Amino acid sequence: MARNAIGIVYRKEFTEWVRDRRTLISTVLVPLFFFPIIMVGFTALAVVMVGKAKEETPKIMILGGEDSPQVVAGLQKVKSLEVVPYRPDWKEQISDKEIRAAVEIPPGFQAALEKGEPKTVKIYYYEGEMKSSFGVDRIEKCLKNYRDQVVKERLAAKNVPTSVLTPFEIHQENVAPPEKVSGATVGGFIGYMVVLLCMTGAMYPAIELTAGEKERGTMETILSSPISRLNLVLGKFLLVLSAALATAALSVMSMGISFAALRRFNVSSGRGEAAGLLLQLGPKAVAAIFLMALPMAVLFSAVLMTIALFAKSHKEAQSYLTPMTFLVVIPAVASLLPGVELTPKLAFIPILNTSLVCKEIMTGTYHWNAIALIFVSTCAYAGVALFLAFKTFQRESVLFRS
Amino acid sequence: MIEARGLSKRFRDKKRAQIRALDGVSFRCEPGRIYGLLGANGAGKTTTLRILATILEPSDGTAVICGHDVVEEPEKVRAKVGFLSTATALYPRLTAQELVEYFGRLNGLDENTLKKRIDEIFARLHMDGFRERRCDKLSTGMKQKTSIARTLVHDPPVMIFDEPTLGLDIMTARTITAFIRECRDRGKTVIFSTHIMSEVEKLCDVIGIIHDGKLLTEGTLAQLREKYGEQDLEEIFVKIVTPLQAGAEA
Repeated sequence: MARNAIGIVYRKEFTEWVRDRRTLISTVLVPLFFFPIIMVGFTALAVVMVGKAKEETPKIMILGGEDSPQVVAGLQKVKSLEVVPYRPDWKEQISDKEIRAAVEIPPGFQAALEKGEPKTVKIYYYEGEMKSSFGVDRIEKCLKNYRDQVVKERLAAKNVPTSVLTPFEIHQENVAPPEKVSGATVGGFIGYMVVLLCMTGAMYPAIELTAGEKERGTMETILSSPISRLNLVLGKFLLVLSAALATAALSVMSMGISFAALRRFNVSSGRGEAAGLLLQLGPKAVAAIFLMALPMAVLFSAVLMTIALFAKSHKEAQSYLTPMTFLVVIPAVASLLPGVELTPKLAFIPILNTSLVCKEIMTGTYHWNAIALIFVSTCAYAGVALFLAFKTFQRESVLFRS
Repeated sequence: MIEARGLSKRFRDKKRAQIRALDGVSFRCEPGRIYGLLGANGAGKTTTLRILATILEPSDGTAVICGHDVVEEPEKVRAKVGFLSTATALYPRLTAQELVEYFGRLNGLDENTLKKRIDEIFARLHMDGFRERRCDKLSTGMKQKTSIARTLVHDPPVMIFDEPTLGLDIMTARTITAFIRECRDRGKTVIFSTHIMSEVEKLCDVIGIIHDGKLLTEGTLAQLREKYGEQDLEEIFVKIVTPLQAGAEA
């Protein structure tokens, strides 16, 4: 019998793993290209689209206003708006994106203003349509300027200074460093992605090394060799764990590159800080995320192997493991919800705890007690899952299910 | 040497009912002889051989192989056994040589011994032409040769064959039967299960007829012919099994 049986099994599984084209996709290509495409690609696309939308001069229509030439002239003077002649189907025109908005001047608006009677100007628009909201912003700006002018004139007529309207100023100022701000904005997303990709990376090899062996008929071959079941399970488990960690490592690396590219894009396009996504992944944060991902990857690897072993085929294993994705996604998404903070109780809920702690790490906050608690509790869950995997490998009814 | 002592195996089916797959099976296989386990599908042949290969654990009874108990020392037993069946497939993404090396290493062979053994086996089985080819690219015959090389790499004294020719073409089946004979000639203890009468007649020194989990009779072909008054093994088999089947159906 071999002394280094775990290593022998691991080396063999590794050789087969790297020769599998599907591995390349799930472990290397997805994490390497997912982030650049999602983050840089989509953000750049969004920035370009928003820029183009802002450059457009929105067409608007004025409803009424025949007896209020001043306000109509004011709107017509705005260079960033194109006033088109009135048509009775203006609602359809907005819905069909022929015009971006319509502004309704009530009858007797000018006269009411002069008498000091309140009137309401209505703006009609297409909710959720970006170009329509840009049109609304410009109309509103023009009307507010006009209103301010009217107020100033009224105050001047009564010899009241305009400062009476603003007895004091309010000014907001961010004191948190930019990396903390960006961490708080997108940090939760990092934890979520690490959790999800850790599982995605473990899923395919977990199926391949258990149900795949049964389907191909190699399970009986390996069970007839003198390796102990424990060593066999550990050898296989280490490969699944390597795949999970490789996926997580590649995804973190890819994230770092994506954020750097995004930063460069924002700076070069003059958007800089305004984009709010200048995330920095320092070596300390990367190491801490890895430390937290490790027991979680152990947990995923062992659980996925245990479940997949019950299946007779690849297809059956996939149908068992797909619901697992939802079980993992739900706590990971919960960590993204506003107001969900790491508490001693939540530190015991697997997946959610790791997602939350990653979020904190991304903002540069290290609650060492919580980190230790989460690490130890996830290790304990992982240990139980690994023990279950070993026990399942000893069950004849599972190994030879027909 | 194989000695089965009252082997029994019970399984549970999907409705949690208990199925007795094996019921107190005892026999002995001596070195340099082929023991043929003959039975219909579902008779208990595969269960018996899987227990001997320690892939399954017996519910009752035990077996001793080369002085090691299958229940107490399963890993030591597996180190003495070469197990081959149509269900023992190959790893598709390993080459023929890598596959044999893998099993050699699991059997604790050092690199020098392993290399010598592989060169010797590959030459004997005419496998040098495809040693670097991946298993998923091999023909059925090449796959069978690779499986044989896998079972032989650690030179086990006991060989267990579970219906090794099932579904194979004549030429590949002949390679297997020639290999089984060669194992006997090299002094190995060989146990072989099949439901093909002609294979048993050609190969086996001792025949055991198994039905419904019980070993009904055993002996050399000559002894069985004399005992049941029939020359043809198929007739002997039918004569033994039919009354039991009729009883079970009644």
